[in-house]
Parts: sequence; structure tokens; C-alpha cells
Amino acid sequence: MHDFIQHIINGISLGSIYALIALGYTMVYGILKMINFAHSDVYMVGAFAAYFAARLLNIENNPGILTLVILLIVSMVSCSLLGLAIERLAYRPLRGAPKLNILITAIGVSLFLQFGGQLVFGADPKVFPDVMKDFVLFNIGPVELKSFDVTVLVVSIIAMFGLQFLIYNTKLGRAMRAVSANASVASLLGVNPDRIIAFTFIVGSSLAGIGSVLVGMKYPKIEPLMGMMIGLKAFVAAVLGGIGNVRGAVLGALIMGLSEEMVVAYLSSTYRDALAFGILIVILIFKPAGLLGKYTVEKV
Amino acid sequence: MKRLLLALVLVLPLVSGCTKKQNEIVIGEYDSLTGSDATFGLSSNKGVRLALDEINAAGGVKGKKISLVTLDDQGKNEEAAAATTRLITQNKVVAIIGGVASGRSKAAAPIAQTHKVPFVSPASTNPDVTKAGDYVFRICFIDPFQGFVMAKFANETLKLKKVAILRDVKNDYSVGLADVFRDEFKKRGGEIVTDISYQAGDIDFKAQLTEIRSKNPDGIYIPGYYTEVGLIAQQARQLGIKAPLMGGDGWDSDKLSEIGKDAINGNYYSNHYTTESSDPSVTEFIKKFKAKYNETPDALAALGYDAAKILVAAMERAADLSGPAIRDELAKTKDFVGVTGKVSLNENRDAVKSAVVIQVEGKNRKYVSTVTP
Repeated sequence: MHDFIQHIINGISLGSIYALIALGYTMVYGILKMINFAHSDVYMVGAFAAYFAARLLNIENNPGILTLVILLIVSMVSCSLLGLAIERLAYRPLRGAPKLNILITAIGVSLFLQFGGQLVFGADPKVFPDVMKDFVLFNIGPVELKSFDVTVLVVSIIAMFGLQFLIYNTKLGRAMRAVSANASVASLLGVNPDRIIAFTFIVGSSLAGIGSVLVGMKYPKIEPLMGMMIGLKAFVAAVLGGIGNVRGAVLGALIMGLSEEMVVAYLSSTYRDALAFGILIVILIFKPAGLLGKYTVEKV
Repeated sequence: MKRLLLALVLVLPLVSGCTKKQNEIVIGEYDSLTGSDATFGLSSNKGVRLALDEINAAGGVKGKKISLVTLDDQGKNEEAAAATTRLITQNKVVAIIGGVASGRSKAAAPIAQTHKVPFVSPASTNPDVTKAGDYVFRICFIDPFQGFVMAKFANETLKLKKVAILRDVKNDYSVGLADVFRDEFKKRGGEIVTDISYQAGDIDFKAQLTEIRSKNPDGIYIPGYYTEVGLIAQQARQLGIKAPLMGGDGWDSDKLSEIGKDAINGNYYSNHYTTESSDPSVTEFIKKFKAKYNETPDALAALGYDAAKILVAAMERAADLSGPAIRDELAKTKDFVGVTGKVSLNENRDAVKSAVVIQVEGKNRKYVSTVTP
């Protein structure tokens, strides 16, 4: 029984990491109706930005709130700039192009960042700086709840509510929904779609930046290909919850994290990735819009 | 114009492949210079280059200088095979120094065998590697021996009764070590309480470790690579597992302590050599290596160094530099005093030599004991 509770804690903690990345996929999909496959590599660059910043500022072995805040800011700013650059240089020129072209470009940007990253950062794994000290919040027998797990979960839930508020309760959010519904009509009504899309990329990429610092403090090994698997899993999570749906992304991510944990615990780790993509296939067959997504007819 | 440029780009590598100098002997090497276990490849490559520089400074082989062509396999089996083919067909190498990882050697060695090009692996410990044929050699001990060493050490020195195994199921090396460890440890009256797996590239091991914790073992055998082992050690300690961790030479990298921090300290692994040795050949090697690269050589660097030295010694003895002539001399290697011990090749073209058990202490590695075959 103790083990089962521990597995649930582990699963939720893994799921909340997927959630932070999944939110980025969902946001960009919501507004542009495209999967930004480069999102997980923006996250990777964020981790490296924090790594180099910590070394430059000499705070790599100086855990504390200040370090956390500095690294979060560095990572969020670098990710936003990179996200903006990708949008400006790779996606905007293809705005009117068929969906497939943009999708392929996104994959291209992703590979460019992965392998360019190996060239610039080196392919060997680096060690993420000490951000905070992990401590036990409370324990019941051998079952422990650690501060990192709670931090990640809380951050992803705050991010979820923040986004929800942004989209449904602000002027900017209204503009985003307008662009999402119909960009050309929105522009007739005085919304500048390019600016709104750029803003979406800033928010989405900042989330990836937060994610990279949180993952870095929990699993302190970073390398240029680190975004690949976590990105695919987060993408599956977003699809599972209903891509484009903010709450769906978090729900899907938690389901993914928990089910992976249970598979490894009670079956075998060999099935871990198979499960993730099995879920993707099953959901696409039986509920293509995802758990919380609404089925809409494509306008012609 | 664009087409002309394209044609040039396509043709250039072909042309450059043909400009081979007559008074040079070309040795090929493929290694993981990038990829997830790049420190192995980079270390081994540094060792090889140090050895060849020394040999060239001393006049080369048969009056000719040796030039080394190193290709990167990116840590992928198919790239290792492609690199080997390219070394043989385009660079016309007389011999190949293989890579570190066993999986990659298994992909590359059969190609060298078909072309009758001698192939020496510095550190591929999987038994199947040299089964590719009589042109394939290795100068390290094999997995069964490493598994045996740790099982013996766990049983005799640490006096453990119940051990859990956590293996990297995608990695030939890890599976090989784990299997032998399991059999040997059971034979010695020990109990394997659980034998579960992870996959290279995973970052979360809490599920497996929670499972292991419930079985309450005296020790955990994790014959994986340093990239994952560092994280596993941290997460094990986070879950309150205090039992000692044990592993193989895949742990041997400075990164292990960087990633594992305090959690990895006090744990044991088997290895090819120890920097604490007072043997003059070892101290001399460490001094030269530090002078050239400004870092302490790990076991992979020492093995790369020995591989190049043994290959060149065979080339020097050989009547000519044809594949069969070098092969025959390589097979006769006996009692070669290298940095990693005395190397003799047996009838399976595997090295027979002793292993050391090392304890991790921060950046330092404490020598614990030597285990002989």
C-alpha cells in the first residue's frame, strides 16, 4: 500500500512536468492550429541558458530562492526570444501556406535546434546548477512527499489557471480567441494577428523556460537531445486532453505521468514509451478531439 | 551556377578521399565523439591520439608516419557501421581501432571482417563482439568477467545476501553484465530479490526504485552508463535507499560524480585500471596525458592508448602491412605490458587480464581491490 501511494506521488510529479511543456503545445495549437514541434527544443535551450547563466554569475553551487528567480528569468527571457525568432523567421513567412508545409518546417526547426545544439553546447551531458535544496515536506512511514514534487505541481497548476485567466478574462485573451477563431476577420476589427501570435509564442516559450528550470533542478542532467522524448510525451498529453484546451493539457499530462509510473512499477519499463504512443493511437481512434476537446467541423 | 556548386559539393569529398600521401600509413578509428555517451568516445580518442603521437615522434612504423582518421558514430550503431565502411573503402585504412560501446562494435566488426581489415576494440566488453571473426580483437576483459568480479566482491568483501538488479534493457553491455552477475551471485548462495529494467535516456527512475525499496535489498547492482547511474543514485537516496550501489566500467567518467553529487559517493564499480597505481607505466602515462590534455585520464583513455600501442606493435612485427599479416601478429600478442595491465590475447581474441574494484569518493576514485580471472 505504501508503495502504491509512493507510485502515485511519483506519477503526479512526473505528470506535472509533462504538463508545463504540454501547455506550450496547446497554446500555439490553439491560436495557429499548428503543432510547434520545436517547442521541446526551446525548452532544451532554456535549460542551457540557465546553465551558462549560473556559471557566468558564479551561482551554480549556491542554491536558494535568489538563484531560482535569476535562473527562471534568464531561462524565460531566452526561451521567449528564441520562440519569437522561430515564429518570425520560420513560421510567419509561411502564414498562408498549407498546414503540411508549416508542420514540416516545425520539424525542421526542431532538428536544427537539436543538432545545432550538439554543435554549440557539445553532445556530452552537462550538470544543471543547484537551484534549490530538496527537502521532505512530510512522510508517512516510507512514503515521502518532497518539496520539488510539490513545487512542480503547484507551478504547473498556477500556470494553468494563469493561462485560463489570460485567455478568458483579459482583452489580450479576447484578441487571442478572436485570432484563433478567424484571423482575417479579427484583423478587420482592429486586432493585429501577427502581434497576437508573437505574444502567444512569448507566453508559450516562457512556460518552456519555467519547465526547463524545474526539470533541471529535479533531474540535473541536461543535453541537447533532452527535449525529444519529453516533448513527444507532452505532445501526446496535450492530444490526450484535447489539443488547444488548457485544462485538457494538464489533465492529459497527469494521466500520462501516472500511467507511465504504474506501467513501470507493475509491468516493465520496456512498455513505458509504447504506452505513451499506444495512448495516442487509441485516443485518435476513439476520441480524436481528446478528453476535454470539443469536436468541431472544419470550415471549408 | 547553383547546379555547378551542388555538383562541386557532391564531388569534393570523393576527390579528397583519393589524395592519400604515399609515405603515410593510415589507421582508422570510429568513436562516439557526440551523443549521449560521448565522454567515452572522447576519452578513448584522446588516448589513441596520445599513443600515435608518441609513436610518430619516435619515428613511426617501418619508417613511415602514422596518420589517424577518426569518424564520429554519434552514439548510433548504424553510424558506426557506415563509418567503418567509409574508413575501409574511401580512406583505405590498414587497420581500425573500434569504438567503446559493444553495440556499435557488433555493427562495425563484421564489416571489417568481410574486408579482412584488422579491427581492435579498446573497450567493447560484450562477448559477442569478437565472434564476428578472426580479424576482430579486443584488449579489454569481457562482460562475464566484470559480472563475475562484482558478484565475487559483493559476496566475499561486502558480504551481501540480498541484491536487486537494475539493468538498462536496451544496452547489450548492461544486459550482459546483469546476467552474469545474477548467475554468479546465486551460485554463491546469494538471493536476487528483484531484477528490473530501465532504458537509456530515461530521467525518472522512481518507479523502479520504489519497487526495489519494497524488497529491502542489501545492495543494488546497476551495470549501466554514468549518464543514468548518476540520476539513479540521487533518486535512490531521495527515496531513502541506503544500500550500496554497484556497477561496471560504464560508470567510469567524471560526469558520474557531477551528476550524482553526494549520492554516488561510497559506491563501487569494477574497472580496467586505477589512477592510484604506483606502476611506473601508469604514472608515466598519467603524466603525459595530463601534460597534453590537462585532465586525468579515465579507463577509456588508458584503453584507447593501449589499443593503439598493441596494434602498432603488431604492425611493426608484421612482415608487411597487409590485413592478414597484421592480423597474424595481433593474434600472437602476449604479455604486452600496457597501462591497463598485462595483456595476452586468448584463442577467442579476447584479452585475459585482471580487474580492479573502485570506490567513488567525489572526484576521486579509491582503489579497493584487484580481482584476477
